[in-house]
Amino acid sequence: MKIIDKWKDFLFGFISIILLWYMVSLLINKPILPSPIRVLANVHSLATQEIYIHLGYSLIRIFAGIAISVFIGLLLGVLMGQSKRWNKILNPIIYFTYSIPKISLLPAVMLIFGLKESSKIIMIVLIIVFQIIIAVRDSVKDIPKETYYILRCLGANKWREFKEITLPAALSSILSSIRIALGTAISILFFTEIYGTEYGMGYYIMDAWMRINYLDMYSGIIVLSLLGFILFLLIDLIEMTFLRWRNMSS
Amino acid sequence: MLEIKNVHVYYDKNQSEVLREINLQIETGEIYAIIGPSGCGKSTLLKAISGLTPYSKGEILLNKKKLSAKHHTIGLIPQNYGLLPWKTVFDNILLPLNIKGRQIDKAFLNYIDEVMEKLEISTLKERFPNNLSGGQKQRVAIARSFVLQPDILLMDEPFSALDALTRENIQELFLKIWKEQNITTLLITHSVEEAIYLGTKIVIMSPLPGRIIRILDNPVQKVENKRTSVEHLQIATDIRNIMTKEWNK
Repeated sequence: MKIIDKWKDFLFGFISIILLWYMVSLLINKPILPSPIRVLANVHSLATQEIYIHLGYSLIRIFAGIAISVFIGLLLGVLMGQSKRWNKILNPIIYFTYSIPKISLLPAVMLIFGLKESSKIIMIVLIIVFQIIIAVRDSVKDIPKETYYILRCLGANKWREFKEITLPAALSSILSSIRIALGTAISILFFTEIYGTEYGMGYYIMDAWMRINYLDMYSGIIVLSLLGFILFLLIDLIEMTFLRWRNMSS
Repeated sequence: MLEIKNVHVYYDKNQSEVLREINLQIETGEIYAIIGPSGCGKSTLLKAISGLTPYSKGEILLNKKKLSAKHHTIGLIPQNYGLLPWKTVFDNILLPLNIKGRQIDKAFLNYIDEVMEKLEISTLKERFPNNLSGGQKQRVAIARSFVLQPDILLMDEPFSALDALTRENIQELFLKIWKEQNITTLLITHSVEEAIYLGTKIVIMSPLPGRIIRILDNPVQKVENKRTSVEHLQIATDIRNIMTKEWNK
């Protein structure tokens, strides 16, 4: 029932936006805002062309960024959640860097890591990783001690404790923080793809803009939005399969 | 027999004494209910026995061998039940068995079903702990401990978070299933009523540093209508007298 409601909401939102867009495009009546029907038709025809390569590059960058962030976030988050000493050392650093607008680091990152793939992925990691570290740390800290007692009483080793208790607690918080950070991560991806690459949705949109091909530009925007939407759906799906226990709390 | 011999526990590098000279011999197949004022080190005693807290002096033996998580099976029911929220009721019950490396064959699965049936939680198998009431969680925790058939069962105020009616109900269920298995049990409580209702022996502890003041036989276990019997009133009066005398020293 809930899923159907979600889809209803989504469909309603989609149709509303398209309708609004259509009306504004009629009002303006200039090539800078083509009608959504033409744009959607263009997206459809693009679907067979090189746009796949651009989409693929963007996807790979996002996934690589998320994967690296999860790895670092899990490592540091668990370390900080379980050891008071490490938390004391790392917390001020995390706290300080948390408030820096990461996008402002873009020039610095490009200077240090070059214009190629690594700087793009590092930007995404910078956006997501701190949220994951903090979420994992807090979730690990919040595990009641008694939960560990049960296993320790049975002679379980550290690895078993990690696998049965720490990891599941951390994983559920990782998903929430990815969900929160994903929107910003895609925006950052767009920025980084303007420079030093000829592939990616960011490049595609800016290139179409430069070529004054507004139809392609809007199509690119739609495809990039679709990318974000699909990633959100993916997170929903993972949550529904692996974190059933969280959704079922009354 | 579980023997606690001359056990001392200190916190903060021997600065503060929590338990002083604890000597207790727990006969196999008995329930020892330990009652003491809050902060007297009751929970620490339980942790020392289960190996969660190191003790400075003395020794704890089970059937003449040093009690340890490696060689013995220690069941624990903590105050908050300690269920893993990401595992279903059934998986929570199976986890200790897996850790202990028990073979779970068809006969054993039937046995688990039987225990769950007795505790009236058969219908909750696939539910998650977040979705259970306090009483249901408690019964799952009891089932988890009993299917493990531990050498010793430790319970830390297991019924204190429940409302009165649920508590009495589950205490009865607990006794029913306990009588079939006769697992040697150590139970901590701050309620005189609970100690009398469940304990075959009642141990009274002093305020900090915790010592054992008195060990009483509980005659109430042998009578019917436990909660309303004359024996109940008698021993409750005795316990209260000891408490007022010793705890206000």
